[in-house]
Amino acid sequence: MAKFQGAITVDNERCKGCELCVSTCDKHVIGMSQAVNSKGYHYAYMEKPEACIGCTNCGVICPDGVISVYRVKVEE
Amino acid sequence: MEAKDIIKPENLVYQKSRLMREKTFNFCPGCGHGVVVRTIAEVIEEMGIEHDVIGISPVGCSVFLYDFYNFDVVEAAHGRACAVATGIKRVQPSKYVFTYQGDGDLAAIGTAETMHTCNRGENIVIVFINNGIYGMTGGQMAPTTLEGMKTTTCPRGRDVKTMGYPLNITPLLAQLPGVCYVTRHSVHTPGNVRKLKKALRTAFENQRDKKGTSIVEVVSNCNSGWGMTPKQANEWMVENMFKKYPLGDMKVDGKIVMDMNAPR
Amino acid sequence: MEEERELRLMKGNDAIAEAAIRAGFDAFYGYPITPQTEVMEYLMETDATARTGMAVLQAESEVSAINMVYGGASTGHRVMTSSSSPGISLMAEGISYIAGAELPCLLINVSRGGPGLGTIQPSQADYFQTVKGGGHGDYKLLTLAPSSVQELTDFIPLGIDLAFKYRNPTMILADGALGQMMEKVALAPQRPRLADYPDWATNGTPRGKERRYITSLNLLPKEHELVNIRLQAKYREMEKNEVRYQEFMCDDAEYVIVAFGIIARIAQKAIEIAREKGHKIGLFRPISLYPFPMDQIKALAENPRIKGFLSVELSAGQMIEDIRLAVEGRKPVGFFGRQGGMVPTPGEVEEALYKQFNIK
Repeated sequence: MAKFQGAITVDNERCKGCELCVSTCDKHVIGMSQAVNSKGYHYAYMEKPEACIGCTNCGVICPDGVISVYRVKVEE
Repeated sequence: MEAKDIIKPENLVYQKSRLMREKTFNFCPGCGHGVVVRTIAEVIEEMGIEHDVIGISPVGCSVFLYDFYNFDVVEAAHGRACAVATGIKRVQPSKYVFTYQGDGDLAAIGTAETMHTCNRGENIVIVFINNGIYGMTGGQMAPTTLEGMKTTTCPRGRDVKTMGYPLNITPLLAQLPGVCYVTRHSVHTPGNVRKLKKALRTAFENQRDKKGTSIVEVVSNCNSGWGMTPKQANEWMVENMFKKYPLGDMKVDGKIVMDMNAPR
Repeated sequence: MEEERELRLMKGNDAIAEAAIRAGFDAFYGYPITPQTEVMEYLMETDATARTGMAVLQAESEVSAINMVYGGASTGHRVMTSSSSPGISLMAEGISYIAGAELPCLLINVSRGGPGLGTIQPSQADYFQTVKGGGHGDYKLLTLAPSSVQELTDFIPLGIDLAFKYRNPTMILADGALGQMMEKVALAPQRPRLADYPDWATNGTPRGKERRYITSLNLLPKEHELVNIRLQAKYREMEKNEVRYQEFMCDDAEYVIVAFGIIARIAQKAIEIAREKGHKIGLFRPISLYPFPMDQIKALAENPRIKGFLSVELSAGQMIEDIRLAVEGRKPVGFFGRQGGMVPTPGEVEEALYKQFNIK
């Protein structure tokens, strides 16, 4: 059965650190950075990139639309 | 595979709609407004109507709506969005017109405009964000504020005896013959956002097919006004707001489909 | 070729409606209020929509009606409303927004006696409300004051064209008498409705073009002051180009009555009677109440032959303040007025003049 692997990009400067993507991702891929952006917000990043399957839930839920999602099919 | 190999244009499966301008939202972190504003853009992009749509922005947290979209938007005075929409629709009946309004804008100062626009069955889409508070002005009581809920103008909790009851307006509007579609959604989970998107699509298609007024209500959070983190606010919303404002379709194609007399 | 005009005997309110249709309006959004309800009734009765496709809609309130006008105006169409004093008060917020968002539209106030519910008889007590403000913020309404049913109809195409020229509302300040009286009127022929709209109009972003937006909001003080400076520059332009007035027998006058609207006609009659008795009285009639004919009245005041002015109004005295500003103390400026809907006779005006300047 084909498996998917995904990845996300986050517009660090525009992320407001609301963490909704963190709790939405049921693969627990996303964490909050230690660093802060120019507004002083910690921003989301792929803490466990290998677990991402590119399901787009984080992108959909992000109020500010700062997450883009990529996905590739990988053969078993 | 390394993430950097995956992140390639041909592998892109989701990103912000191109109808969104490069403008940072003024909404607080985690606010539902942002998701609704973006979802509308996705629907308009997918329907290919960006050159024939006119949005009406209200006064409230979404007052800067006209700055977020790559299509024409008209700013209305507080409460008057439905009248402005009517004024546009009557001279440009072939264009898509939608209003975007908060609970104060639609159900307090704008009640008469909302009621009569629906009563005329004006062929527009009304997007109504119900977060039970006045956000922009700093957290005052709104018509939809729940009994006992604390705000800056009912700091000891809303006392229905002196401040009136939470106003569940969409079931009232559903009674009006001119209204063809009334549905209530939320954006606190991806699943619900996708359902909202389908509902918005239906609403705009109703307008295309001249079926009368479509109202899409979104029960949403207000993190700063409620004094909670976004995650807590969503949990509190499910626990409290959904009891008073249950999600689901109320009227579809002119037929009532929800038992609105069920005790709340 | 002189345009072909149709002669009719018409009530003022009906003439407003007929003129609006013929001026190629796209929409009328109104609400019933005496003494001008016939405007909307006529538009419905004659089925303006069938005649030109013009939208005619009765709103649930004047607050809603003026915001419908705001919506229609934002699409660059010719839109208008008409109402009367209390209704215009309800529209004040919307009018301020229309001026702030720089939108063109036509407003008509068939004034009635105030304050409050007042009366339904004629009045000019909305002068201040119209030319000094009405709503919040620094804005002006280009205001035309007809004194006949003919002018009432002629000012309708003129009013909307001026509104588009300056992207600002135009107000026609009429009164209950003009609205209700019947007079012969020569109606202009039908002109077509607009077929294309200005670039700023929000009709859906054209392909390959930047989106447009209509707003009166700007939270950045530096930017918002620039908006206000731009508005003020527009009003200076109006003051330069749009002053309209009429003089009657001022060439040899020793005293000048200043009056607008229906009262100007009564004053004119009083002058004719006084002239028969050898008194050299003239009439200065402002037609544009904003921009007010300051320079012209100042010129009269500087004329050594002219000994004084009398402002005659259906109010407690409002235009008199602008007359005094123009005259700046050069000559005495007296006042005579009636309120409550009482309209003076020519004889009363004549007596008031003699008393004011103790002419025997």
